[in-house]
Amino acid sequence: MPSTSTAPTKDIRRIIIASSVGTLIEWYDFYIFLSLSSVIAGQFFPKSDPTAALLSTLATFAAGFIVRPFGALVFGRLGDLIGRKYTFLLTLVIMGGSTFAIGLVPGYARIGFFAPLLVVLLRLLQGLALGGEYGGAATYVAEHSPSHRRGFFTSWIQATATVGLFVSLGVTVLTRHVLDSDLTRSIEKFNDWGWRIPFLLSILLVAISVYIRLKMEESPLFNRLKTEGKLSKNPLKESFGHKANLKVVLLALFGATMGQGVVFYAGQFYAQSFLENVCKLDFDQSKTTLLFAILLATPFFVIFGSWSDRVGRKWIMMAGMLLAIATYPFLFKQLLTITSTEGKTEIPSQKEIRSSVAFIGNSRDMIRTSSSLLHYEGGMTVTQTQKDTVYASGKTSAKPVLSSSKTLGDSDYFKMVGILFLLVLYVTMVYGPIAAFLVELFPTRIRYTSMSLPYHIGNGIFGGMTPFIATLLTTIYQDNKLVGLWYPIGVSVVCLIIGVIYIPSVKVSNELES
Amino acid sequence: MNIVKRILGIVWIITGPVVLFWLIRTGLAEIAKKPVIDTKIQWGVFIGIFIPIVIGLVLFGYYSLKGEYDR
Repeated sequence: MPSTSTAPTKDIRRIIIASSVGTLIEWYDFYIFLSLSSVIAGQFFPKSDPTAALLSTLATFAAGFIVRPFGALVFGRLGDLIGRKYTFLLTLVIMGGSTFAIGLVPGYARIGFFAPLLVVLLRLLQGLALGGEYGGAATYVAEHSPSHRRGFFTSWIQATATVGLFVSLGVTVLTRHVLDSDLTRSIEKFNDWGWRIPFLLSILLVAISVYIRLKMEESPLFNRLKTEGKLSKNPLKESFGHKANLKVVLLALFGATMGQGVVFYAGQFYAQSFLENVCKLDFDQSKTTLLFAILLATPFFVIFGSWSDRVGRKWIMMAGMLLAIATYPFLFKQLLTITSTEGKTEIPSQKEIRSSVAFIGNSRDMIRTSSSLLHYEGGMTVTQTQKDTVYASGKTSAKPVLSSSKTLGDSDYFKMVGILFLLVLYVTMVYGPIAAFLVELFPTRIRYTSMSLPYHIGNGIFGGMTPFIATLLTTIYQDNKLVGLWYPIGVSVVCLIIGVIYIPSVKVSNELES
Repeated sequence: MNIVKRILGIVWIITGPVVLFWLIRTGLAEIAKKPVIDTKIQWGVFIGIFIPIVIGLVLFGYYSLKGEYDR
């Protein structure tokens, strides 16, 4: 039976704000871990092998994504049985609690193996909570929206994922700079204990959001089914045990969410990792360029969501995937070119060389650091640092640790923002309309469960694994710096073929089936 | 278009096991190259989570071949 139960315009705004604020905080909680992955690697994983430490963090990150589909099943089922409102209230509390707790876990140096173990467990809880949150929020808003504006209203929920990333990056950069009047000391304090602040801050944000959500009403469509006694008795069986629904779940996964997931993560997270680890761009600049790009691109979530109400969801999403496939190699190559010193002229008169030694604790062993700062025309600088240990016996460590970091001049900085803007623009195309697309595929009685699973396999597993798999590919095929792109491009190609051929083109928004 | 969907169904049925085989082969090669616990866990998790997805792709191909997505 088609539904006509939609909220008045004033109420729908309140509903969107209440839902979006909570979802935004959940994304913030989830992303803060990735924004701080390099610092966390030093705190919770053995430092002997930096690549292993980074991979361990990314693996932990992936662990957070792998459990998302399980969260979708557990909380999706609950949402279809007891209602949307209380389910996504519960996910918010779990997420906030575990994020706060990560901020309290002592480092590896203090409690050894238990430190990474606790972090992994808390990260798994975060993944479970996020698995339940998104489907609830999207379903809740969609079930309050008029059919001809469903794409527009649900696109606000879609924007929260990227805005959550924006807030997490912003808080990270800000915290890094305000802990001391001297920037170097501020960064040292941040790496030592200041990284905990963004995690601890979460509890305050979650308390506000829980207060807002407690005041919300249950979805009208769910309430009607409940009153009529038509709620599903076993949402999992109805969703995945019956061929009629299972084939739609598979189509949603392989024809839409899988490609959306890799474009989402390649354009925002892999790009960030690529800038830091492959291009060797300075930590702050890698974050601030992405911050500007997100700021400029975020309105397009709503623009594409709203446009999908007129032209249909399918072709906007497919166009986003096609653009990603066609332009990723070129755009990522540009990131390499901009950050390369090739073709740039060094200014030898401005070269600075520094060296220092510091005793390690109370021992007579010392860390010797020597760094050179090179200036190039156009404003680019490159810092090359070499650290080794000088033992009391006079011997030195066999393998000094070498690192380099680049900062860009103004012109290159804004070119970088432009490229990242395009990457995030593709994200808005594939992600803006997808909530409306998914809720329209499934009936109300099993909507929360049915839409959550393909979303979280697509976005969580296919997408969430992108930085991990791409980094892994660069370690296997070391000669090709763009080899990490094979994964998002390959998955997008398959998804585009399935989406174009199998997903029917519907130009008018349907009434939600209840 | 229905014919194309059915033919592609065969492609998806074949693609699933091929991808899984490639994953397992690469994983084993990487573990042999660097036989530490980190590598084993990473590839174990990685292959483990993609097995049900591969099954899903084969099922999708089967439904496609049987005309379940015909219009």
